[in-house]
Amino acid sequence: MSEFLDMGGYARYVWTAYGITLVVIVLNAWLARRRHAQALIKVKQMDRSELIERTPTVRRNP
Amino acid sequence: MGLVRWFHSLASPPHFYRFARRLSPWLAVSSVVLIVAGVFGGLVLAPPDYLQGDGFRIIYVHVPSAYVGMLAYVVLAGAAAIGFVWRIKLAHAVAVSVAPVGASFTFLALVTGAIWGKPMWGTYWEWADARLVFELLLLFLFLGYMVLRAAIEDRDKADRVSAILAAVGVINVPIIHYSVEWWSTLHQGPTIARLDSPAITLDMLVPLLIVIVGFTVYFAWLVICRLQGEVLERERTARWVQQLLAERAE
Repeated sequence: MSEFLDMGGYARYVWTAYGITLVVIVLNAWLARRRHAQALIKVKQMDRSELIERTPTVRRNP
Repeated sequence: MGLVRWFHSLASPPHFYRFARRLSPWLAVSSVVLIVAGVFGGLVLAPPDYLQGDGFRIIYVHVPSAYVGMLAYVVLAGAAAIGFVWRIKLAHAVAVSVAPVGASFTFLALVTGAIWGKPMWGTYWEWADARLVFELLLLFLFLGYMVLRAAIEDRDKADRVSAILAAVGVINVPIIHYSVEWWSTLHQGPTIARLDSPAITLDMLVPLLIVIVGFTVYFAWLVICRLQGEVLERERTARWVQQLLAERAE
């Protein structure tokens, strides 16, 4: 096991590269999910008046 | 015919959104399985390199991230061009969603490359190496696209102006690919994409291919997540979004 961790003397290079990769992968997932979640919140909180103003559709309750 | 029609229906935001919601968990799970399996193969099962020993194992994160960075730029440029020419709303939304993901993987390719370069070349960076410099340019193209968009308030105008930058910059992708053949300096030549057989043995190659596929699926998942958010915001006044919110509220 320690032989594996030592990576033939290249441990600091190999594990730093893999560590940064893990950080980038996890951060990407978090940011992408947050992007979607924030859009949902934003759309939900949208001013209803903007909706009525911008969509010339049939109004259910005249 | 059915397939073509199905593909066309994806350009419709509500169809895309519903399709993405079903697809996204499958992409997330399969990408993690592929990446873990490929990295295990690369770190444990593959033999050490005759020249670089275990140091070569950085290839299993470096090459996939460089590949995804370039793939991302091709998708960004293609989507932006389609949006520009045919005025397809979803296409610009794809370009916007790809940019930060592509930037992050290009950054990762540069950093893992620098870390690999130190023990093998004796330096983290070399300005005289074409591959390194054009890869850095790729990162700047992604960032430039994002900065340009952020500077333009009107979304339609931002879509059209940034699409021009995106399309022009695509010339950099083949330059990166052939840079190691045109100007051979420090960076080694191609390992997989060669006219003759790949330059590494199968037990080294298979894990690499698995990680590349895993990173690609992961990239697709990230883009789809962001694209769902982008589509919601762009379509916020559309009836399907309001219906969707009503469904979620129930």
